[in-house]
Amino acid sequence: MLLRKVSRSSALCGSILRMPPVLSGGQRHAGAVIAVQNNRLYASQAAEAVVEKEAAVGSETATKVKNTTVAAESKSYAVNIFKGQIATAQVFPYPAVMNEEQEQFLRELVGPVNKFFLEVNDAAKNDALEKVEDHTMEGLKEMGAFGLQVPADLGGLGLSNTQYARLVEIVGTYDLGVGITLGAHQSIGFKGILLFGNPAQKEKYLPKLATGETIAAFCLTEPASGSDAASIKTTAVQSPCGQYFTLNGSKIWISNGGLAEIFTVFAKTPMKDPKTGEMKDKISAFVVERSFGGVTSGPPEKKMGIKASNTAEVYFDNVRVPADCLLGELGEGFKVAMNILNNGRFGMAAALSGTMKGVISKAVDHAANRTQFGSKIHNYGVIQEKVARMTMLQYVTEAMAYMISGNMDSGAKEFQIEAAISKIFASEAAWTVTDECVQVMGGMGYMKDAGVERVMRDLRIFRIFEGTNDILRLFVALNGFQNAGNQLKSLQKALKNPIGNAGLLAGELTRRAKRKAGLSTGLTLQGTVHPELAHSGELTTKAIEQFGAITEELLIKHGKKIIDEQFVLSRVADCAIDLYAMVVVLSRASRSLSQGSASAQHEKMLCETWCVEAHERIMRNIKSLSSGESKHLFRNLRAISAAVVENGGVVAPHPLGF
Amino acid sequence: MSGRVLVGVKRVIDYAVKIRVKPDNTGVVTDGVKHSMNPFCEIAVEEAVKLKEKKFIKEVVAVSCGPQQAQETIRTALAMGADRGIHVEVTGKDYEAMGPLQVSKIMAALAKKEDAQLIILGKQAIDDDCNQTGQMTAALLDWPQGTFASEVSLEGDKVKVVREIDGGLETIRINTPAVLTADLRLNTPRYATLPNIMKAKKKKIAKVNPADLGLDMTSRLEVVRVDEPPQRLAGVKVETVEDLVSKLREQGTL
Repeated sequence: MLLRKVSRSSALCGSILRMPPVLSGGQRHAGAVIAVQNNRLYASQAAEAVVEKEAAVGSETATKVKNTTVAAESKSYAVNIFKGQIATAQVFPYPAVMNEEQEQFLRELVGPVNKFFLEVNDAAKNDALEKVEDHTMEGLKEMGAFGLQVPADLGGLGLSNTQYARLVEIVGTYDLGVGITLGAHQSIGFKGILLFGNPAQKEKYLPKLATGETIAAFCLTEPASGSDAASIKTTAVQSPCGQYFTLNGSKIWISNGGLAEIFTVFAKTPMKDPKTGEMKDKISAFVVERSFGGVTSGPPEKKMGIKASNTAEVYFDNVRVPADCLLGELGEGFKVAMNILNNGRFGMAAALSGTMKGVISKAVDHAANRTQFGSKIHNYGVIQEKVARMTMLQYVTEAMAYMISGNMDSGAKEFQIEAAISKIFASEAAWTVTDECVQVMGGMGYMKDAGVERVMRDLRIFRIFEGTNDILRLFVALNGFQNAGNQLKSLQKALKNPIGNAGLLAGELTRRAKRKAGLSTGLTLQGTVHPELAHSGELTTKAIEQFGAITEELLIKHGKKIIDEQFVLSRVADCAIDLYAMVVVLSRASRSLSQGSASAQHEKMLCETWCVEAHERIMRNIKSLSSGESKHLFRNLRAISAAVVENGGVVAPHPLGF
Repeated sequence: MSGRVLVGVKRVIDYAVKIRVKPDNTGVVTDGVKHSMNPFCEIAVEEAVKLKEKKFIKEVVAVSCGPQQAQETIRTALAMGADRGIHVEVTGKDYEAMGPLQVSKIMAALAKKEDAQLIILGKQAIDDDCNQTGQMTAALLDWPQGTFASEVSLEGDKVKVVREIDGGLETIRINTPAVLTADLRLNTPRYATLPNIMKAKKKKIAKVNPADLGLDMTSRLEVVRVDEPPQRLAGVKVETVEDLVSKLREQGTL
């Protein structure tokens, strides 16, 4: 099913990344599009879920099918804001998904993990050695840290996503290099076996992986295939007898690549199309053991940060992979890859919320003790603003992480936009917070001994890997547009039969008229948010209404060509990110107020402040999207870039003339 | 020989927590404060588990006296390798007044009931620093005691204990059953690993009341008041030796 969807929407994903004019051309080229996409099905490891649903703004074929499969209303908040609607089911009340036993167990785990990182792990030393110290690695294995989510009967701890999040938050607080070693292993390395493995594969691999006896790695990226995962060249050719596949190709920047024994490898497999009988290349996923022979890895890469983690090239030279190592269905490797990544993003948000907590303590400790001009520097406004903003960013990230893990634990299937937003938000928030920590600490912060410069170096990669934030922004916007587009389509259809659809049309017309007149369309969070946060709730609903309006306007204006408008899309994504951030803090702070927790008033302040500023940002973005000025601005930006690229560097001569 | 060791594990305010005295000076703030196992008790548990691993003994039973939360401390001991737990439930006023004498009565009663061969305790708890429970327990049972142990080895029905004393080490050999108290250098306690914490969930914790053991828990001790350590006052800088001498004279120090 998904594979079919993927093919249908490939026009869209091709365009996201490379925008070949022929692909974005619409129905006239629909046939060509299908043909072309056959050997480059998969747009990107990041822009993935775009393809999980066909774009209404895509080809004619897509809409035809969509009409028959208009699914039940999405419960996802993020999906709905693009239609100017609020779906509260997943965001209110703030999820509390653990049962008493799970909570008790988690409480018991937090202490020892924390203690381990405080007393055994030495982040600075790991960084200097460019590997996790041997005794720490052994300790982590004994600790059970390599099999957090492996079911208990297969030797793991069987943690839920929420429990997992709480523990990786601790790892993120102390050492992101170790975090990557653990994450590359279980968040992506063998997650495919957990999610898609058959019982035999699970029993064969998971027990050893859970104890860390074998380490896993995720192999998707190739020298010529980064964001554009469709272009991978590694091949897996099935033997005539069907007993094995021969794997050839090379993968780069593979975390744990030099340590791993078990690899989740994505490769192209030639397959016969059941309809046309043509041979096409489709991506399949395989579990590959180093011991199969022909698997080698390069030396550890020299990196900016996360040095403690191993990153290496991995080569597959005529590796004979038994057919029962196929992970998921043949040709469904893209689905496997995207689900793995989609399921792991909340973990990054959780880890980075821990990182931020850690650096905030350092900044505050310095601010409270450093005297300049006769006062502790925390008394100065510029420092206060920094500390306050750092705190808000951490609060939002943490709220996002546990909202998403909670949604996932309660069985939500549609969280890909939220998960992508959390990855974007967390990685950027953590960067800002750490940068400001260095600033608050001044020269001290710049010194290695303060331990913050390492965090900065470690953090930088989070905006790049597992889907760059730029690609993920396009993903967020396009995913949202798809759903909004579907709604618009059914409206247009209704317009062809106005009498039969009088009710629907009347409602929509009133909604639009009200919105035009600047009146509320009746959207409200009253009764959902805590009364003390009513104002923040109103700001959120207002912003959602305006956002719904601009989404529709943009869809009507650009039609299917919206996929080419990256200047527009990234701003739309920024709005969506802010809107999600607003609602998660509203939900979290509402809960604290309702429970009368000691920090409720503090959280109320965080929420109010955040919402006021987020609302302003959203309005500014919406204004720029709807004004003609921005068109001019985007054109300028395009032209400047083109000129500089043409020139191979800046164009303007030196002010001194030489 | 029962091959059974009782280990006392006390739930105390975590060593990293900054202690605050209650405004009414009756004690320290414990609500919402992180608690963990007394570090010396961890050493005692580690030693017992090691003895079991070396097959000198058969069973390690962790005992804690206190409110419901004491079970968390027992769980930690179980995760470290103790086989089962006994939670002696002491709450309210009894818990506030509970000191070494009451705990040693409990330990002594349990030792008889469980037919223990050894009792291993921490030499003291980091909250009240009493350093009495082991000694009192030995007295109540009329058992030999090996306190401040930095090395323990079982030799048949005797136990050799190297004790840390002022100015050096003393090696003694005592009969079992006996009471041992663990000093800092006896061992390095292992970490409770997550898989072991999970396995510990299946281990049993029995709950008993002091009354079940026929014990009188009344205390003859009254806490008059608890104060913060005095705050260190800022000093003064003096320009010259003469100034210093005159200041010291003013204070009557010279």
